[in-house]
Amino acid sequence: MKKIKLVMVGNGMAGVRTIEELLKLAPDMYDITVFGAEPHGNYNRIMLSPVLSGEQTIKDIMLNDVDWYQQNGITLHLNKKINRIDRKNRVVYAEDGTFAEYDRLILATGSNPFILPVPGKDLDGVIGFRDIHDVDAMIDASHKHKHAVVIGGGLLGLEAANGLLLRGMDVTVIHIAEWLMERQLDRTAARLLQKSLEEKGLKFLLQKETELIAGKDGKVSAVRFKDGSEIPADLVVMAVGIRPNTALAESAGIHCNRGIVVNDTMQTYDPRIYAIGECVSHRGIAYGLVAPLFEMAKVCANHLAEMGIGRYVGSVTSTKLKVTGVDLFSAGNFSGGANTEDIVLSDPVGGVYKKLVIQDNKLVGACLYGDTVDGAWYFQLLREGRNVSDIRDHLMFGQNHLGDGGHAGQNKAAAMTDEMEVCGCNGVCKGDIVKAIKEKGLFTLDDVKKHTKAASSCGSCSGLVEQILSSTLGGDYSATPAVKPICGCTERTHDEVRAAIRDHKLLSIPDTMKFLEWRTPDGCATCRPALNYYLISTWPGEAKDDAQSRFVNERVHANIQKDGTYSVVPRMWGGKTTAADLRRIADVADKYAVPMIRVTGGQRIDLFGIKKEDLPGVWADLDMPSGHAYGKALRTVKTCIGSEFCRFGTQNSTQMGIDLEKAFWKMWAPHKVKFAVSGCPRNCAEAAIKDVGIIGVDSGWEIYVGGNGGIKTEVAEFLVKVKTAEEVLEYSGAFIQVYREEARYLDRTVHWIQRVGMDYVKKRVLEDEAGRKALYQRLLHALSVEKDPWKERATEGVAKHEFEILSV
Amino acid sequence: MSNWIRVAPLSEFPQLGARVVRHEGKEIAVFRNAGEDVFAINDKCPHKGGPLSQGIVSGNTVTCPLHGMNICFEDGMAQAPDEGCVGTYPVKVEEGVVFLQI
Ligand SMILES: Cc1cc2nc3c(=O)[nH]c(=O)nc-3n(C[C@H](O)[C@H](O)[C@H](O)COP(=O)(O)OP(=O)(O)OC[C@H]3O[C@@H](n4cnc5c(N)ncnc54)[C@H](O)[C@@H]3O)c2cc1C
Ligand code: HEM
Ligand code: SF4
Ligand code: FES
Repeated sequence: MKKIKLVMVGNGMAGVRTIEELLKLAPDMYDITVFGAEPHGNYNRIMLSPVLSGEQTIKDIMLNDVDWYQQNGITLHLNKKINRIDRKNRVVYAEDGTFAEYDRLILATGSNPFILPVPGKDLDGVIGFRDIHDVDAMIDASHKHKHAVVIGGGLLGLEAANGLLLRGMDVTVIHIAEWLMERQLDRTAARLLQKSLEEKGLKFLLQKETELIAGKDGKVSAVRFKDGSEIPADLVVMAVGIRPNTALAESAGIHCNRGIVVNDTMQTYDPRIYAIGECVSHRGIAYGLVAPLFEMAKVCANHLAEMGIGRYVGSVTSTKLKVTGVDLFSAGNFSGGANTEDIVLSDPVGGVYKKLVIQDNKLVGACLYGDTVDGAWYFQLLREGRNVSDIRDHLMFGQNHLGDGGHAGQNKAAAMTDEMEVCGCNGVCKGDIVKAIKEKGLFTLDDVKKHTKAASSCGSCSGLVEQILSSTLGGDYSATPAVKPICGCTERTHDEVRAAIRDHKLLSIPDTMKFLEWRTPDGCATCRPALNYYLISTWPGEAKDDAQSRFVNERVHANIQKDGTYSVVPRMWGGKTTAADLRRIADVADKYAVPMIRVTGGQRIDLFGIKKEDLPGVWADLDMPSGHAYGKALRTVKTCIGSEFCRFGTQNSTQMGIDLEKAFWKMWAPHKVKFAVSGCPRNCAEAAIKDVGIIGVDSGWEIYVGGNGGIKTEVAEFLVKVKTAEEVLEYSGAFIQVYREEARYLDRTVHWIQRVGMDYVKKRVLEDEAGRKALYQRLLHALSVEKDPWKERATEGVAKHEFEILSV
Repeated sequence: MSNWIRVAPLSEFPQLGARVVRHEGKEIAVFRNAGEDVFAINDKCPHKGGPLSQGIVSGNTVTCPLHGMNICFEDGMAQAPDEGCVGTYPVKVEEGVVFLQI
């Protein structure tokens, strides 16, 4: 097939990202030609600031070198500026006459620094801060001259000023507004910022308007202000804003309005021509940060690949100043307005200031100075538009004030040294992460997880990693939309997949993948287990449970250990056991020379170090049911002794636990599920940190849901109080069934409740009696088709091949 | 060295799965993809020695069950961004039977 000709004008961050995304989706569809006005491959423009300050070199910040284009069969024209588009014949021409024909054209021309129209603006020594050329000029000036003046006290101006200062110049920042970064900070935060920058040696002149730039022999010598004062200058950096670079598009008659106007699929008024990056105006907004541009790139690539399921609907952005040692974060509408409420924490002596702006019970803006640890969390709340009324009283104190382990209580990335450990699971230090971000060109939390393994196990250090990302890159790039596809194999979200399986009665993984147009032939280790769960939970007894799509533990019904052996945890209903059971466990331990036996926190016994080929024998000899200690399933029902013996007991909690466990065991779920039952409010069974916690009181039972003792301790919320044991079964069963039917795979109950809200849970389980009974019946039906997996394998020869080693 | 060793009928290998073959104390993972193709590699992940045979298979790669590294069992190479490789062995299917060369 003849390839379609795709030409791109502008070899910058947004454009090349589009090409990368396109190559992932449709590697062979296009014949690609790229024109770039600069003499370099694609580099990380946002890292020009650390290059200027001497913390990095140009080589460090290359994202795609010339070889990359060659390896991907892309024709690259460097140093060639396109100055004409012939739309009729579909040809673009460069200044030197080079031309290329196109079927599809991408304009990714970025923006230009805005140069104040004052006398003297064309003098030698007056520059913008946009590209490698500008940085070279600044570094050169710093070797020869003393006085630098930066006009503009915004993000870009301050980064330029900081860089020139570190290069040894005497730097004055001129700013027209009353305080610095007025578009990102309120007055108080800006004052703190100014103070700390002054301590570093920068000088500021606020509320000064530039009248002219004076020169001598064609070279800049001073800057004069409207109030008549003047300061000496050998170098003037204009950082007063950027203007989308629309000249080329306008000359070709493409509609522009402070940017090339595009629709939600990134097409201009000429549908063969796409525009992307800082040069566009989308729904009236021109963006100047990378995160939204990358989202645009995804959509544009999706459309070019003719998938047609991506739409760009705009982004909320956040900013971070990339000046080492200054910690600052802002997002959304942080200055508030008529209908907003502020929550403020101000400690000027400690150098901490935080302001949260709330409107209609939603977080709409945040401005943090000095302690930005919760920036990523606030940003997420803001983007999701989540109702914060229930967490309002502790919102200011951040997400991590409750039991958060694994990184020695560290929560200020900026205060950490390179040697300090960020990820306690995988032993990754701050320095490793910073190095990987810089050298490998990483932008998102997912990138960092993949490259360094930090935050990829328990995830409790995600917040820290996000901080490190944003202080290294100057923004929050995890700006993935609130609804994420399951994995790279599809564009579909968890909820869309669930709905399709239910509405179209899909019964197998291949059918589902075919119906939903999966991109990979048999998915991956992320989507297949999710699909398998959705199928069996939606169509119990009808959908096929695919062992090959289950993680090893659920396939072999035991927990894999680091040396490849397995652990075996037989079920002990409600933690109650008998002398006969204990004797049998002891005999098995002897017979198979079990290296370690221990009591779990779930009130049962764990035999470690079992060889895979011994598992069926162990199970046969134990003759006890599977404890499902290995599965996304009901684990234990932990109990206290209760009224049968305890002098405080009000209810027979042990029996209640046994009843619950016998009713609900064999239950697969989106994630592991733990129950506990205590016989009185002293709560010895720790029911408050379980998915379902039951507490006996004199007049009945209280049911709590959504607790979690894990990475982040979450206390279960009160759901309802009931009178009888039958009601406990029905209400808790109905609750767990809504979770089974509606949560996303790998959501614990608490995560799901946080998303849908406790009110929704109450509506389904408490208010709708018929619905509750139906839910409970559906759960019982799903459980009725499950068998004891150990028994099947120990005595009926199920999945024999799993446990046999072929000796040759 | 160049002798082909008979392992087992192909039908005893699950699609998108693997079986462990033990030879002189050494464990080799023999994978089968979604079709009829089989591949053999050392059953030891280059990361921390995880049993690759126990991972989830998709395409011609397996995801290590211990920490999720993806290894292509065609050439034994870890998939980017991870680095590392494992040894491979020649395998073939003849008249429905899998043979391995060690
Ligand atoms: C110093 C600095 C620091 C920054 N810091 C941050 C930050 O911390 N966080 C953040 O999110 N963003 C930051 N930004 C902004 C970010 O770099 C831009 O948003 C991003 O690079 C824009 O990407 P783009 O592809 O639209 O444009 P660019 O990356 O500017 O690419 C456009 C390219 O097109 C070329 N071009 C233009 N016209 C033509 C033509 N007619 N023919 C051929 N080629 C042409 C240009 O030469 C340029 O190379 C910073 C920018 C600068 C300059
Ligand atoms: C994400 C965090 C967690 C992970 C990855 C995890 C993992 C595991 C694993 C692998 C086992 C099985 C051990 C074996 O038998 O081989 C286990 C068992 C257990 N875990 Fe966790 N765990 C986590 C959090 C917690 C928390 C927060 C608690 C309690 C508050 C907890 C309580 C238990 C108990 C009680 C058992 C024994 C279960 C049983 O008897 O079935 N775990 N956990
Ligand atoms: S929770 Fe109450 S009933 Fe149960 S053991 Fe503790 S004190 Fe006794
Ligand atoms: S041992 Fe395989 S990924 Fe760690």
